[in-house]
Amino acid sequence: MTASLLSVEQMDRAAIERVLDRSESFAEVSGREIKKVPALRGRTVVNLFYEASTRTRSSFELAAIRLSADVVNIHQTGSSIEKGESLRDTVQTLSAYDPSAIVIRSPHAGAAALAARFTDAAIVNAGDGKHAHPTQALLDVFTLHRRLGSLDGVSIWIVGDVRHSRVARSDVTAFTRMGATVTLAGPPTLLPREIETLGATVTPRLDGIGAADVIYVLRMQNERMHESFVPSLGEYARCYQINADRVRPGQLVMHPGPVNRGVEISAEVIDSQQSLIGAQVRAGVAVRMAVLYELLVGTPPLAADGEEVSR
Amino acid sequence: MSAATNAKLFYARGPAATLLIRGAHVLDPRSGLDEVHDLLVRDGRIAEIGAPGAVVAPAGATTIDATGKHVFPAFTDPHVHLRTPGLEYKETIATGTAAAAAGGYCQVIAMPNAVPVVDSVPMLQGLTLRAEREAMIPTGFLAAVTKGEQGEFLTSMTGLSDAGALGFSDDGKPVVSAGMLRKALQYQHVAGGVIALHEEDPALSSDGVMHEGAVSARLGVSGIPSVSESTMIARDAALAAYEDATVHFQHISAALSVQALAAARENGVRATGEATPHHLLLTDEAVLGLDTNFKMNPPLRAERDRQAVIEGLRSGVIDCIATDHAPHALQEKEVAFEEAPMGTTGLETAFAAIYSELVVPGVLPLALLVERITAGCAVFGLPQPRIESGAEANLVLVDLERSFVVGESGYVSRAANCCFDGRSFRGQIELTVAAGQVAYAAAGVLDAAPAEVR
Repeated sequence: MTASLLSVEQMDRAAIERVLDRSESFAEVSGREIKKVPALRGRTVVNLFYEASTRTRSSFELAAIRLSADVVNIHQTGSSIEKGESLRDTVQTLSAYDPSAIVIRSPHAGAAALAARFTDAAIVNAGDGKHAHPTQALLDVFTLHRRLGSLDGVSIWIVGDVRHSRVARSDVTAFTRMGATVTLAGPPTLLPREIETLGATVTPRLDGIGAADVIYVLRMQNERMHESFVPSLGEYARCYQINADRVRPGQLVMHPGPVNRGVEISAEVIDSQQSLIGAQVRAGVAVRMAVLYELLVGTPPLAADGEEVSR
Repeated sequence: MSAATNAKLFYARGPAATLLIRGAHVLDPRSGLDEVHDLLVRDGRIAEIGAPGAVVAPAGATTIDATGKHVFPAFTDPHVHLRTPGLEYKETIATGTAAAAAGGYCQVIAMPNAVPVVDSVPMLQGLTLRAEREAMIPTGFLAAVTKGEQGEFLTSMTGLSDAGALGFSDDGKPVVSAGMLRKALQYQHVAGGVIALHEEDPALSSDGVMHEGAVSARLGVSGIPSVSESTMIARDAALAAYEDATVHFQHISAALSVQALAAARENGVRATGEATPHHLLLTDEAVLGLDTNFKMNPPLRAERDRQAVIEGLRSGVIDCIATDHAPHALQEKEVAFEEAPMGTTGLETAFAAIYSELVVPGVLPLALLVERITAGCAVFGLPQPRIESGAEANLVLVDLERSFVVGESGYVSRAANCCFDGRSFRGQIELTVAAGQVAYAAAGVLDAAPAEVR
């Protein structure tokens, strides 16, 4: 079986650094007039998306195209997924085309690992439920690494709806493996019980956020208000919005997108020089090229047989 | 129907067994037996228990050399899902009771959450008739507390009781309304029958699919907090006390729940409790790989909860072991964790799993396991299986030294969703005699030549 990328938990620091190095060279490719290399010529990459996505889907597609792979995109609407075909059957059907990799996005935790049981293709987890989003974490590390040179000793505050965020979970793992210290902050209703066991400090207050080098803002979804996790978006913004009053000079601000301007983050911060949000999006293509390359060409692979190196 | 057989147990009648089991270590904590004996079963009854070599086989008896093996009273399970009617693609009365027999059980009690729910007299009568044709071992039935398990209207509790219901449960769901449960507890005074409770507060469980704790936080799946169960146990124990009623708490999973039950019993509430093999042996750590065979309700909880459930079973706060055998079809479990149905099978593995994981390492004495795994159906007023001269033969022959890999040679159950799949356990069931009939015999066990007549 080919190695798969199911979670950043399977990657040790050396594996993450290998992806960073590879991403750096592909970022150079993305800066050229002809943004294409022949690395995956003749190979097929399937993007299987069970959830809406702009950034992740388009950047995976561009990544595969720029590596010269043939790309097939399957979306929930207009496919047999809509007719109730099971994940197993869809994956086995697509595998009959002998793809080298299947990139999968699902609303359910563990879907990527489940898919890996039914195919010989490399599986790349493009987000499974609230569980993991490893390529987002890698591009976040890449973005910070480029800006700061190193994450060692860097203090990163992840602020907002931690409960419903696969990005938060993957970022805590990736940031701490790269030497950063992480604080999770947000409304108590949106901080899962025992989340500190991931290796982060947890607080429902932003009092200490001035000590952060990086503020990573999570998306606050409207429906959380209807579920009474927060009394109102206004109340949320009052306590947790990252705005000019809460950001001091020298701090960097990140956000996985899509942003809700004026809710979890103010427009002025998004558009400020301290914002890395645009750099994150640009990094997405290079990092996903690196992941596909490392899984399908690179030696040694990210991790043998898709097994997790550690938990 | 013989006088000793309970009128509320249903099974297919077959020939009564005549067997001589030679040289087995007979252990029955209730009868005080704990040594090597010859044991003669004649015409379905225990005819003689004697010193090794002292018992003479009657003509036509099958003799089993059981040297080095153990005989216990056969096990009883107050909580199984036979998926009949309506869900026979998961399990039938025939396959579920065959699995029970293969696991050493002589009695099981089936839950009413089939499709449709067993909530009317004709429905129950249809089931008991089927059980009389299909069931390999005596099988009892609980009827629903509320119509359709919807929590809105009481079932015809007196009629259902007369038609053979051993008690009542909305298992799979809690009785959410305290007012509704209170009425059922009041009706118990005319209908009889213990009310068995699946305790869970849906407002606290919400969209949870596993235990709320470090593992759910890491996986990003919604958790079911321990207090979802324990607060309902405390509430319903108070209701039972107020109405002078009798309740049984099903599949106790959390330390807080054991505390709540212990407090209720100290206050004199007539309440019993059961624990499952999976809550005794596994924790939420098992869910880290999101294998759907570890998705059950109540969920596998934290290690401190597991230890509290073990301690509750040891101390007697928890009365008995129940499997909550919950078969599902392969395609139902072969999906993402959050989408999979709750439940694990357990009848074929319960004894060996607990023996291997708790008795062999010295956590629980063998006699205590035998006592608790035979105590379940007595909660609903059924006679305890006993090994004593003159008793109906309900016994199991076990080779405690023989090990096996769970699922390696398939399952007797129609379903394969066993949380112990692939684990190696000691304690192979070789023979089960239930209500005087051979319900299960492992290959070769009954092949011995008929005994020589002395």
